[in-house]
Amino acid sequence: METKLLTEFYHLDEFRSLGGYQKKGGYEVLKKALAMQPQQIIDEVKASGLRGRGGAGFPTGMKWGFLPKNNEPRYLLCNADEGEPGTYKDRLMMERAPHQLIEGMIISAFAIGSKKSYIYIRGEYDYPIACVETALQEAYAAGLLGKNILGSGFDHDMDVYRGAGAYICGEETGMISSLEGKKGQPKLKPPFPAVQGYLRKPSIVNNVETLAAVIPILRDGAAAYKKYGTEKSTGTKLFSLSGNVVKPGNFEVPLAYPMKDLLYGLGGGMRPGRKLKAVIPGGSSAPVLTAEEAERATLDYECLAQMGSMLGSGAVIAIDDSQCMVDMLGVLMHFYHHESCGQCTPCREGTGWLNKIVHSILEGRGRLQDIDLLVRVADNMKGRTICALSDAAALPVLPMASPTSA
Amino acid sequence: MFALSQDGLNKVEKELKRYEAKESAIIPALYIAQKENGGWINEEVIQHLAKVMDIPDARINEVFKFYSMFNQSKVGKYHVQVCTNISCALNGSRELAEHICKELAVKPQQMTSDGRFTVSKVECLGSCGTAPMMQINDRYYENLSPESAMNILRNLK
Repeated sequence: METKLLTEFYHLDEFRSLGGYQKKGGYEVLKKALAMQPQQIIDEVKASGLRGRGGAGFPTGMKWGFLPKNNEPRYLLCNADEGEPGTYKDRLMMERAPHQLIEGMIISAFAIGSKKSYIYIRGEYDYPIACVETALQEAYAAGLLGKNILGSGFDHDMDVYRGAGAYICGEETGMISSLEGKKGQPKLKPPFPAVQGYLRKPSIVNNVETLAAVIPILRDGAAAYKKYGTEKSTGTKLFSLSGNVVKPGNFEVPLAYPMKDLLYGLGGGMRPGRKLKAVIPGGSSAPVLTAEEAERATLDYECLAQMGSMLGSGAVIAIDDSQCMVDMLGVLMHFYHHESCGQCTPCREGTGWLNKIVHSILEGRGRLQDIDLLVRVADNMKGRTICALSDAAALPVLPMASPTSA
Repeated sequence: MFALSQDGLNKVEKELKRYEAKESAIIPALYIAQKENGGWINEEVIQHLAKVMDIPDARINEVFKFYSMFNQSKVGKYHVQVCTNISCALNGSRELAEHICKELAVKPQQMTSDGRFTVSKVECLGSCGTAPMMQINDRYYENLSPESAMNILRNLK
């Protein structure tokens, strides 16, 4: 069973338009929020335990709290550069409920005192971009954006920025570089974006789903939101299920939902005659779990971390027993090599070597010592670069290269 | 020599004023120019944009070369991009890409001799629950089989 705090009306076509969205209570939470003190909103989001839904899982309220306490202009940046292999939930949200994202963003912008926000959408998402742009026009025409929103005295402008095809722009500082009209290369932290972000101004970068989740939190209160999930993984989350299951799709369930129920219940299980072999639980950067581990895992930050993997973006990729793990590793290594931005040597060179070694094994030219070489290269890529892409490429190698998993 | 149309120039002008930083208009301008130049960008295009935008050509060039949606060589009227990342690969996308290439008698990343198609294997396009898929120009086609993909391609004008 799904628990639909965000996706309840996604099946209705009219929910995509301003009128249809308002008929289902849309923008009512914005009215409520504009009557609150910004600090009250931040406190409520903090109390809800909401964690970033893009992949890192950083507490949203705490992130907002890092902004300087002065009147310096600040930006709210929505990360809609969804590119983590296996992830397609932000696309669904923008296509089925663009006003939900906009409402969540206006509320969040009011909370952090931002007069300008951008939605950075990956360039390939032509249709989601059109959906969001149409919704923005509707929102401006209805006085929900621009000067003196709903008579509150709060001004806010929102615009879309179209990416141009680069996985690394999903990394928040890479995204900021791209928004500034540069190559999408990540920046060293500190300074964190909250202190120096877009154009060196304080900036908050949040994922599409995170910003939308602010709506149910303010509507029902942090206490109600926290009833779902565990102490450290609160609320509901969209999981993008893909791979070798009968019914792939996006499912909204409370955190700590049993992975088994997602795979075999909502996902319809494996195809006839096939058995589960492995699961990548949180997008391609999350280390793979064996079938046995996956079947006892729960979908929350703590459980998956304990198992040596991560919840990530919530992209659950199921792999059945007809697949070869080395072949899948080859697919991933090609991807990371292609997407390395080339800025840091361990990543630029390391991803190339991993890709070459794995493919030489796949082509039958493997030597026993290649396993050790893979592990050595991967070890030298971890924790040595500006961003986490290098780690993401190195991590899957270790469990997948172990002889028992192939 | 490449030059933007008046409409294109107006659009670039608008983008230059749209964002806080002028350089933020480089990506939008490259999109506009690529469309007017038949789907790809070359040195002439970069030089023209540098002049129009008053931004050094090297700045525009480095952005152009970084992003995969800007084509560095000619592509067919229909740019067919088949995702071969993990969720699609688990559902036969690599075989699909090979099938399309074979049927169109072309190698991956190459253009058919009549200039109609370029077939590329690309990374994740966020269509993982509807795999395998392909993108033709701006549009997604999902839940494909080799037969349905070829039907789609044959029915393009």
